[in-house]
Amino acid sequence: MIEPFLIRATIAGIGVAIIAGAIGCFVVWRKMAYFGDSLAHSALLGVALGLVLGISTNLGTIIICTLFTILLIWLQQKQILATDTLLGILAHSALSIGMVTLSLLEKSVDLHSYLFGDILAVTTSEIYLIISGSLIVLVFLYHNWSSFVLTTINEKLAKAEGLNILINQLLIMFLMTIVVAVSFRIVGLLLITSLLIIPAATARQLSHSPETMAVLASFLGIIAVILGIYSSLYFDTPSGPSIVVSAVIIFIAISSASFLIKKIR
Amino acid sequence: MSLLIEAKDIYVKRQGKNILENVFIQINKKDFITIIGPNGAGKSMLLECLMGTFSPDSGIINKKNNLSIGYIPQNFNPDNSMPITVKRFLMLKKNFNINNLKKVSGETKISTILEKNLADLSGGELQKVLLARSLLSDPELLILDEPAQNLDIKNQLNFYNLLNNVYKSRAISILMVSHDLHMVMASTKQVICLYHHVCCSGEPQTVAKDPEFVNLFGNDMAKMMSVYQHTHDHVHSENLND
Repeated sequence: MIEPFLIRATIAGIGVAIIAGAIGCFVVWRKMAYFGDSLAHSALLGVALGLVLGISTNLGTIIICTLFTILLIWLQQKQILATDTLLGILAHSALSIGMVTLSLLEKSVDLHSYLFGDILAVTTSEIYLIISGSLIVLVFLYHNWSSFVLTTINEKLAKAEGLNILINQLLIMFLMTIVVAVSFRIVGLLLITSLLIIPAATARQLSHSPETMAVLASFLGIIAVILGIYSSLYFDTPSGPSIVVSAVIIFIAISSASFLIKKIR
Repeated sequence: MSLLIEAKDIYVKRQGKNILENVFIQINKKDFITIIGPNGAGKSMLLECLMGTFSPDSGIINKKNNLSIGYIPQNFNPDNSMPITVKRFLMLKKNFNINNLKKVSGETKISTILEKNLADLSGGELQKVLLARSLLSDPELLILDEPAQNLDIKNQLNFYNLLNNVYKSRAISILMVSHDLHMVMASTKQVICLYHHVCCSGEPQTVAKDPEFVNLFGNDMAKMMSVYQHTHDHVHSENLND
């Protein structure tokens, strides 16, 4: 008999892995890893906001991450500072304000579970949230796939063919916001970027089209999540880092295998 | 002559400076127009205004109804992080149809590289693929922004030959920004010299003698231009003022 908490963890993990894999491809293609990291850092302020206002921490995260994205794009247009400098300022100020706010709260907060995730403690209502978040992301991805891919390949070409670059860019960032908001309970704020990047980077080596890369990244993410959950139970290790370690092992195995195959040929 | 597109009194201002001022340009059916001018002269901006992807601060742009424009951007460097074949890349075009792909890939000689990864293509192959992509929608006007910029001389020749063939067989209009003066002289019918405003325009020979042209590019360039009109078998430095 499988424990209910394990079933919940597995469902939550699969839901998150699917969207993280697909969105992660855009993170890799568009070189947005640092943006993902910054978004995740700022999510801690969202958690604090959620606790202060007494709303759900996921909702707080979505609000803060959306504001973060809008602020970033606005500052980017001003062209005063380089994007990575802006990201660094925004991310670390949000993280620090979040930490300070959390420490001022009377309630005791399990900071560790926010930073590194606790997939085994996922509740049923969080699962509903993950599933609905995933569905939103998948629907948007499906409907805008060609525009997203073309915008990613070349913005001028996309613009000349009538696509709105800013809206496409905002949509991709907004989808990343949803991924961060629904998945920080799984792998934690500090490790979300790895769930976005590692499966996508692994899938890159096995694919010949953007579509297969996205599907494969989701699939590899699912394997990493399941391996992580069960190894975390078996070895009694923290679940979030265990998932990332599994993803890294898959990455190394596939990278070395494809390197060897290329050499032999 | 039937008019495809016309821009009048175009002004674009950036940080108090006029990028484009009082620009007038007219493109008719079967025109082959090349825009030359120093870096930062507003050439790409003018193309964007004509395509409608950028609205000028003032001015009028009149287009023929349902004018279909094909476009080849400057500096197209696909990144290897995305795996995508040439064919899939071409299929991303709106209203794609497979018969058109067959026709166009024969026309631009890319049939053998359709299954190749886009990021693995050589510069010459890449430009042919972009040309093929722009032809997929059967455009009446082709707009090219320094299409042969990063090609070596042999590939430049190949590309301009291909472009010339397309121009002749399809009887379309071409508007191109180019620094490759030797190629421009050989194929283009009309040269527009742009430096924020239209300095001079007309047939290549006329433009080369224009005092404004001499003023902008120097006497040496003007001499070189007149050399190019007679002999195309040797290579000069193509650098303009930059």
